[in-house]
Amino acid sequence: MKNLMNITDLSKEEIQELLVTAEDIIANPQKYKHACSGKLLATLFFEPSTRTRLSFEAAMLRLGGEVLGFSEAASSSTAKGESLSDTIQTVGCYADIIAMRHPKEGAPVVAARRAGVPIINAGDGGHNHPTQTLTDLLTIWKCRHTFEGLTIGLCGDLKFGRTVHSLVAAMARYSGVKFVFIAPAELKFPRYIIEDELESRGIPYEEVSTMEEAMPKLDILYMTRVQKERFFNEADYIRLKDTYILTPDKLKSAKQDLIIMHPLPRVNEISVAVDDDPRALYFDQVKNGMFVRMALIMKLLEVKV
Amino acid sequence: MIIGQIKDGIVLDHITAGRSMEIYNILKLDRLDCTVALIQNADSGKLTKKDIIKISTPMDLNLDVLGYVDPGITVNYIRDGKVAERRHLCLPERVVDIIKCKNPRCITSTERSLVHEFKLVDPARRLYRCIYCEQQAK
Repeated sequence: MKNLMNITDLSKEEIQELLVTAEDIIANPQKYKHACSGKLLATLFFEPSTRTRLSFEAAMLRLGGEVLGFSEAASSSTAKGESLSDTIQTVGCYADIIAMRHPKEGAPVVAARRAGVPIINAGDGGHNHPTQTLTDLLTIWKCRHTFEGLTIGLCGDLKFGRTVHSLVAAMARYSGVKFVFIAPAELKFPRYIIEDELESRGIPYEEVSTMEEAMPKLDILYMTRVQKERFFNEADYIRLKDTYILTPDKLKSAKQDLIIMHPLPRVNEISVAVDDDPRALYFDQVKNGMFVRMALIMKLLEVKV
Repeated sequence: MIIGQIKDGIVLDHITAGRSMEIYNILKLDRLDCTVALIQNADSGKLTKKDIIKISTPMDLNLDVLGYVDPGITVNYIRDGKVAERRHLCLPERVVDIIKCKNPRCITSTERSLVHEFKLVDPARRLYRCIYCEQQAK
């Protein structure tokens, strides 16, 4: 039985297979509308989410399956002191597949041991968010039809931003890719990922402190939100939250075919004036997320159409 | 200084000089009621200086612990006054319930009865990471 804990659980070939399926779903939605008939998805969100949970639920409903679950830990038996292992083992008796978000890093590993059904990591603390990465990859693929030779700028909270950790791990497997990390000193990209994913394989990267110095060379600009919920000290959050704000003015030096992405939700880091720029694809990402999750659910349930 | 041979027991040789007391404590050798000799800064052709621990009774050793703490150790099992078996340690692939994950955001910080487990990711740097959150062992 296969689970998805980390984007690197999937080979490049498996990712390509998912993207091809997602594109086919976009082109032929009718073909898939009964693909998961009779199957039940449990969405266990121990941490609040709008997009990811609704995206999973919409994905399963569009495949003809059904969903159940909870959207906050307070409405689960966790509030009564039940362990994650016990909660998961219980839900595994009801559902055919589980999508789980949890504030603690590594929680999906614990869940996968006890569930008895496939587990999808829908975000674990500041650690990983592999289905967001599949969403990002589909968005890039639809624009460029390649992942090779791209220069990717990642901006904002690179320390706790689980989406950027997973995206770097995924993109580092393609040849000719370069990374530019744009972050304040307190929120720099984790050293261990740089060592494991980039330096060990000789993949070029640079760390800069301003958007302006990175902008002209980027093929992709991936903005992230400074996440209030990851800070133990609110004063640090307030000091750092508006470090980077993307505006039309800052985009003047950018390439004409730049792709601007953001996992959403955004706060202030992208001015709404950027939304009308044709290079802004963050709302396309949202839609792509549902299609690629449909493809993933089918793959993990081993459903064919 | 002369310390006699042991008939049945274990000799931990090639301990990095100065680390024998740490090994003594980790293995809880103070709880044994047999003779235990702890030799510090012995001359060594291989290491220049080394520590040695001699335990005059057979016992089960957690070789993963020893390998993690000091992978250069040689374990000699002595039977009838002779070396019956010699084990050269190396860094264990997995370290279970020996070190604790220090990441406050790790699931090990809240999930009851979860055994702390680390995997070896880079032998050259002796680098271990938590199997749950990937935090580096310290």
